[in-house]
Amino acid sequence: MTLETLGWQGLVVLVVFGISLLIATYCTYAERVIAAFLQDRVGPDRAGPFGIVQPLADAVKLFTKEEFFPSGANKALFIFGPCLAMITALMSSAVIPFGNILQFGETAIRLQGIEINVGMLYVFGIVSLGVYGIMIGGWASNNKFSLLGAIRAASQNISYELAMGLALIAVLMMSGSLSLRDITLQQSVPGEWHFWNIVKQPLGFIIFIVCAFAETNRTPFDLPECETELVGGYHTEYSSMKMGLYLFAEYVNVFVASAVMSVIYFGGFNFPFQYELREWLHSAQGLSVDAAQNIIVILGVVTIFAKIFAFIFFFMWVRWTLPRFRYDQLMRLGWTILIPLAIFNILLTGGLITTGIIPEIKQWWVSSPLG
Amino acid sequence: MSLFLFLSFVALLSALGVVLAKNPVHSVLFLILTFFTLSAHYLTLNAQFLAAVNIIVYAGAIMVLFLFVIMFLNLNEDTEPHKPALAKIAAAIAGGSLLLIMVAALRGVQPVGYDANTFNSQVGMVDQLGLVLFKQYSLPFELASILLLAAMVGSVMLGKRETGERNF
Repeated sequence: MTLETLGWQGLVVLVVFGISLLIATYCTYAERVIAAFLQDRVGPDRAGPFGIVQPLADAVKLFTKEEFFPSGANKALFIFGPCLAMITALMSSAVIPFGNILQFGETAIRLQGIEINVGMLYVFGIVSLGVYGIMIGGWASNNKFSLLGAIRAASQNISYELAMGLALIAVLMMSGSLSLRDITLQQSVPGEWHFWNIVKQPLGFIIFIVCAFAETNRTPFDLPECETELVGGYHTEYSSMKMGLYLFAEYVNVFVASAVMSVIYFGGFNFPFQYELREWLHSAQGLSVDAAQNIIVILGVVTIFAKIFAFIFFFMWVRWTLPRFRYDQLMRLGWTILIPLAIFNILLTGGLITTGIIPEIKQWWVSSPLG
Repeated sequence: MSLFLFLSFVALLSALGVVLAKNPVHSVLFLILTFFTLSAHYLTLNAQFLAAVNIIVYAGAIMVLFLFVIMFLNLNEDTEPHKPALAKIAAAIAGGSLLLIMVAALRGVQPVGYDANTFNSQVGMVDQLGLVLFKQYSLPFELASILLLAAMVGSVMLGKRETGERNF
């Protein structure tokens, strides 16, 4: 890797970082607007046109609030908790392929932070670390409600990680690769009908999305911050921007979970008839191969963000529609329904692959200019 | 080389922190840091799969359970059980003899170099590892999986509700 490509890749990482934060910021606004829409209210409309600068007003409010440390709190860990929640939330977007390769003459820019051949395991590892921020913050608050919230978060995350991993194994059996870029490219083969993974893995997708709700602590699984039982759960004692970081980390997690689902099950940056469009741009419109390819790549970026926004909307839709589960119901759902279903899904996928109903994946891009 | 020295320094320091920290929660956090530095060592050896799995299994699952239990028991300096002097002396002797054996065993070891022409740098990658595991070592792999299955069945048996027992 030359210094120039390294520089471009660094720029891509910075842009992904900025976009994650921007989307998380506007998720707070979207959440209120969608809640208002679903409850037939007006929602925030005071700050700027349609309330569009509401997130800035919120940030100013959070920054200017009093910093409060509860007595008997472990001060270092009390500060470390929200930082860790934010760090782990932001780390996982690094391996998400937001687009294919842009080609400018000799320079190739891959619209993905880092491409590693264990991309899926990386995301999974970071997601499993996400609970530390909540646990440490909840414990360091020296408050029984915070501690109960932290313990709930820990057991919930561990329980649902299992079903999530098992649902992913079924996808990996088909893809034969852990790289998220490979999994995206496999879902669209030029010149033939090829379906997204959702068609081959409907059961796996349902298991995965339920687990994603539990891992991001969103309603109906937001037991760690259950207001009706635990005051505010793990962030009861937090105020000011430390509280803001926890809320922010949740939205970044929602963004990353949406991105992962779009990539694994909904074809990532692929959209229907992209190769036909490229061919048309090249032959009928007289664009060069690179220019036609770059237009497809940019449309692909628009596509993946459309998919991500659709999933974020789904997260919010569910939040304002479904009531919260009871804790024992949550555990029973995870251990006695989702895990057996996921194991059944693995057996089913294995059977379908052996009988040839799910065709073998071709690594078509290895010998193609797209690779 | 400087990266290796830095990682080893952090690994040793955090491993010392596990033993020397007064608060058990701090000990667990130091242990997590130790696992991270070990994973970084695996990465420098080009073993990406091992690094990721080490993080997922140890830092992501086992240490969360450790932290969970320690938080539940609310262990701290006040409630720390004081062990009798005999136990401390026995532990010191056992640990010391282990150290002695390890130093004696590793004293004469010569680091084996590798041949740059024949060395396969992709050996730690996940597909290579899978081939080795399922072709060369398939019997030990299956045996280990049976062992894990037995452990899982045992834990389900222990955690199963007895007839007539109700917890809520």
